Amino acid sequence: MVKNSAAVKKRNEFFREFRKSKMLILMALPAIIHVFVFSYLPMGGIVLAFKQFRYAEGIFGSPWIGLENFRFLFISGQAWNITKNTLFYNFLFIVANTFLQIALAVFLSEMIGKWFRKITQSLMFLPYFISWVIVGSIAYNLFNYEHGALNSLLGFFGAEPLDIYNNPSYWPWILVLFNAWKGVGYGMVVYLAAIVSIDSEMYEAAEIDGANIFQRIRHITLPGILPTFVILTLLAVGGIFRGDFGLFYQLIGDNGVLRERTDIIDTFVYRALTQTSEIGMAAAVGFYQSVMCFIFILLTNWIVKRVQEDYALF
Amino acid sequence: MKMTNDKLLFNAAGYIAVTVFSVLCLLPFILVISSSLTSETYIIQNGYTLIPQDISLEAYRLALKNPAAILKSYGLTIFVTAVGTALSVFLCTMTGYVLQRKDFLWRNKISFYLFFTMLFNGGLVPWYILIVQYLHMKNTVFALFVPSLISVWNILLVKGFMRGIPYEMTESAKIDGAGDFHIFISIILPVSKPVVATIGLFTALMYWNDWFASLLFITNPDLYTLQYFLYRLAGSVQALRMVMDKAGIVVDTLPVESMKMALTVIVTGPIIFLYPFVQRYFVKGLTIGSVKG
Repeated sequence: MVKNSAAVKKRNEFFREFRKSKMLILMALPAIIHVFVFSYLPMGGIVLAFKQFRYAEGIFGSPWIGLENFRFLFISGQAWNITKNTLFYNFLFIVANTFLQIALAVFLSEMIGKWFRKITQSLMFLPYFISWVIVGSIAYNLFNYEHGALNSLLGFFGAEPLDIYNNPSYWPWILVLFNAWKGVGYGMVVYLAAIVSIDSEMYEAAEIDGANIFQRIRHITLPGILPTFVILTLLAVGGIFRGDFGLFYQLIGDNGVLRERTDIIDTFVYRALTQTSEIGMAAAVGFYQSVMCFIFILLTNWIVKRVQEDYALF
Repeated sequence: MKMTNDKLLFNAAGYIAVTVFSVLCLLPFILVISSSLTSETYIIQNGYTLIPQDISLEAYRLALKNPAAILKSYGLTIFVTAVGTALSVFLCTMTGYVLQRKDFLWRNKISFYLFFTMLFNGGLVPWYILIVQYLHMKNTVFALFVPSLISVWNILLVKGFMRGIPYEMTESAKIDGAGDFHIFISIILPVSKPVVATIGLFTALMYWNDWFASLLFITNPDLYTLQYFLYRLAGSVQALRMVMDKAGIVVDTLPVESMKMALTVIVTGPIIFLYPFVQRYFVKGLTIGSVKG
């Protein structure tokens, strides 16, 4: 009897809250449904990774093949190559962008010349505004072998033209450069906001005590932006298994020559999905990526929690 | 303010670094514009240049001669951006409001339900198959804005912002007998302008620049949004020739190289033009968002 009444009480509580908050529930319902359809339902499609997909039979009719897809991907070395590239590039991106964002933000926060600061900040934020398609067009303008601006410039100085699109060794540099070009302005604004919120009295006190500008930056500014740095870097590292599809796809496209050096998980999955009939394999790589991302987010959050509780995401 | 040696060195270094990076940010745009204004023959012989040489408007003339395709794409993109942004902002702010209502017992469960999708998802393949095979959205305008309508990140942003709105405002309205939706629309929204503006701007930019949805779901040229339109045309001489041919333009001696750049300018132009006016709102939005953490 006691057990029953506890369950009954819980059910009554449920219906009471339902009746009381009917309107609120209704207001949240569209988002709940949308997320269910577009985020939770696809999770069910993960079974595809363990099947050999046939369009005619749909997701549930296709035959199970267990870990075959994964075995093939890992033994053939493909999974390792795209993982290596994804991690390698993301690591470079995080380091390069963070360094530039902080350096430029520190400069902008302390430099004299209001108009200069305003105009340059606008200029540096501009690349964030355009799409990767436009950037791809710009890259074409620069690197095209016959007509590119780079080769015209080299020709002007009497140097040999460079065949950028056929030479994988240039591309780590190019990718880091373009990624920084597009993203630094955005991050710089975030760091600038953090710097501006530091108490200016601390700077004045330090200046009175005889600290020069470099010392003030080292002892006040940098520690002051530490929370922002930790959060942004934590978010970035948590996403280290996820690449920027736009960057890689628009700049490199379907270039087979560059593939081994620049193929990341996201471009691999896209190609497998749209150009091959290996849907199960594509799903397997996607699942692998989602799992690794999940593990990494939990891991980085746990590490940060141990270091400084308030900085953690959850 | 006294200029000491250390300040001098710092400003010198700063001016150099900031100027270099800013010029690098601007240069590519100048390159593209100049290339679009240079004659095709000059480009074939000498390549794209920083300063327009042998100035010719031929590329623009041809690209705009029969502007039907471009105009259609513009119209579609404006529609998708307007509708998508309005719906998305409305739903995200409404949900954010619900989730910060202290008197709503289920808010934490629902918050976690939404937040979990930021940690884990099913990947591209199931999402694609769902939209194409089960929702039958392929080559429909819905594929362009419906899948990205809800941004959990934005919902959390709104929730954080609205926590700063005194609960007394809701409470007193409830005592007066107002319904929750009415409270949301007439009391909460008007004081939430900053966060609404912020997510509105970023959502609009996302929709305007999107080409991934078109890449995956659209094969009908009538449904090309601007960025995808540019990607198809500038990325493939064949595609460019086909569109020009359909527009009734002789394709044998098409100034392909300068047209690629002209099309880029035509597609990007308006947003670059708008940029000086709207950029400070983006910056402001980012600043508010980041200070709140």
